[in-house]
Amino acid sequence: MDYDDYYSRKLISLKERIPKENHERELWSEKTLEPWNNSTGYEEGNFENSSGIKSDYYYNSEDIPKDTESSDLGKPGEFPFTRGIYPNMYRGRLWTMRMFSGFGTPEDTNRRLKYLIKHGESGLSIAFDMPTLYGYDCDNDRSHGEVGKCGVNVSSLKDMEVIFRGIDLSKVSTSMTINAPAAVLTAMYIAIAKKQKIPLNQVAGTVQADILKEYIAQKEWMYPPEAHIRIIRDMMTYCTENVPKWNYISISGYHIREAGSSAAQELAFTLADGFYYVDLGIKSGLSVDDFAPRLSFFFNSSINFFEEIAKMRAARRIWATVMKEKYGAKNNRTMLLRFHTQTSGYTLTWQQPLNNIVRTTIEAMAAVLGGTQSLHTNSYDEAWALPSEQAVKVALRTQQIIAEETGITHTIDPLGGSYYLEWLTDQMEERAYEYFDKIEKMGGMLEAVKKGYIQKEIAATSYRRQMRIENGEEVMVGVNKYKEENEKPIGILRISRKAQENQIQRLARVKSTRSEKKVEESLSRLEEAMKNPDENLMPYYIDAVEAYCTLEEISNVGRRVFGGWKEPVIV
Amino acid sequence: MSGGEYLADGKNQSLFKDKPIKILLAKPGIDGHDRGMFVLARAFRDAGMDVLYAGLLPTPEDVVDTAVNEDVDVIALSLLNGAHLTVFKKVMDLINKRKIDDIAVVGGGTIPDQDKPKLEKMGITGNYGPGTPLKVIIDHITERATEARSRKNRN
Repeated sequence: MDYDDYYSRKLISLKERIPKENHERELWSEKTLEPWNNSTGYEEGNFENSSGIKSDYYYNSEDIPKDTESSDLGKPGEFPFTRGIYPNMYRGRLWTMRMFSGFGTPEDTNRRLKYLIKHGESGLSIAFDMPTLYGYDCDNDRSHGEVGKCGVNVSSLKDMEVIFRGIDLSKVSTSMTINAPAAVLTAMYIAIAKKQKIPLNQVAGTVQADILKEYIAQKEWMYPPEAHIRIIRDMMTYCTENVPKWNYISISGYHIREAGSSAAQELAFTLADGFYYVDLGIKSGLSVDDFAPRLSFFFNSSINFFEEIAKMRAARRIWATVMKEKYGAKNNRTMLLRFHTQTSGYTLTWQQPLNNIVRTTIEAMAAVLGGTQSLHTNSYDEAWALPSEQAVKVALRTQQIIAEETGITHTIDPLGGSYYLEWLTDQMEERAYEYFDKIEKMGGMLEAVKKGYIQKEIAATSYRRQMRIENGEEVMVGVNKYKEENEKPIGILRISRKAQENQIQRLARVKSTRSEKKVEESLSRLEEAMKNPDENLMPYYIDAVEAYCTLEEISNVGRRVFGGWKEPVIV
Repeated sequence: MSGGEYLADGKNQSLFKDKPIKILLAKPGIDGHDRGMFVLARAFRDAGMDVLYAGLLPTPEDVVDTAVNEDVDVIALSLLNGAHLTVFKKVMDLINKRKIDDIAVVGGGTIPDQDKPKLEKMGITGNYGPGTPLKVIIDHITERATEARSRKNRN
């Protein structure tokens, strides 16, 4: 890809904008602070956040550009959307309390979805088990012990039919957390909609499908990066034309953060992934205002309160600015950064698990003050296992208390205008552009990922943090400070083995009743299509799932054609 | 040059003088949560060990084959997906089947306390959870590696 100096120019202008000196604070320091510190024998502490940004004693108007309010903040629902993407934000509609969950068998999931629909939910969210996420069937040897463990297992269209039995797909929108096999699951969803005779332009939902972050962080891929990116391109173009309400990518920083990055790295790498997908859409002939409004984001909310809020505000501003200036977006919807948030799993401790409720509450408040569109709050027992029902309920109630008791939803961006928060937002923004510039100079995000640069940056941060925890510089209550001996174990959820047996039996029935001729034909047509990079794979995937080819059979065609991928060495 | 050292009864500390502890880090089973693994890899390397990583999604066979071919002292298994009882057992079954007694196996991850005795019984020790100080882990591995190495030297 040709080098574009946009980020480089942007970085220079940002650096010029952000004030470097603060006369008032210097005078105060001489007059008031130093005498105080000297007389009390104060030793300078380390007030650094995850992004390596050091906080000063206090902030004042000299720390932010004079025209911040008019040029950096804007108003709610107006460019650059720093204060929020909608004019009325939570006064109009609260964020969606979307609790992500997975249940052993398709039957269990179906019952759960129906229960949620009965109670007024229309936004369904489904987690899959590890074999499904990596494109293996339940009867593969590798799947043994993992079927239905972290979510529902889908080995063929039959499983999806059971999951959505009796559910009208024109009345719900379904979010599926799936990446490497996202196109196959999308094909299955489309196949069910076709069976229900629902026009495809009414089919609404989301797949995660953000493959770049898989190579960076979550490590769930099947093929080399180029092959997965081609499949994403096919989903983008197919859906833009045929399934316009399908969100085919949710660009995710969550996993990048959980892999050990700082907040600034999460911000920078997630948005860089986003820009990569924008380039991909444009390269495949789509107009930015036609497809980019379908892109949405997924961030982590961790424990350093102001750092997280600043990150979310900076994200909105950067996305709007780059979409407008670099990509020439005309439509406001193209510039809006819509995002889901999940509280941090990494900050949950195995020790003294009830403390996790407090951590999650603080993180959830940061997400709300950061202007999230939807939120998942973690349960206090999740450092141990999948959450128990009681723990999930507390997590959901946490959101309800924030929404309906605290009053922080009464006004939009209530922390906006705080000298400290605005300064911190500028700092986060600057660090993000530093990375964008570096990545652009390396030849773009795909190159940076293939070389392992991004992964190395994250691993270095992660290791540094672990060392800080080891030597007590960074406190984790109950882990390296305020420890307790002989903690009582908490009750945790166990998943039964029955899910696996049920799945294997169903798959055997599917294999014995389908037409092998159709299976072979559709798989060989898929193989031919995969070999031709100009062909759009989506119709072939739909054809294959309708012939009841299994997820693994379909995935294996790609494994044959594209091969696998060994990650770069980063340690 | 270094001075002499007092040794505990029956311990031969010179075993590692020529060759550092060689350890294979592996996440068998279908689990890509590798952040902790990479932190450990670096910490073990900084502690002077020779560190190998089995890569993404190795099968139990891959893990044992690699351990034998590379002649490691220790296999360190980690899983955060709840499948440790099934998958760690597969690794141990292979080790027992091939009568390998000079490679120690340690475990870690999100392992509930109730499961630890079961793993110990299989011969998998440590089984440390999140928040365990690195020193505890390194000391344990050094101890197990010493046992394994003494059996290697005997063989």
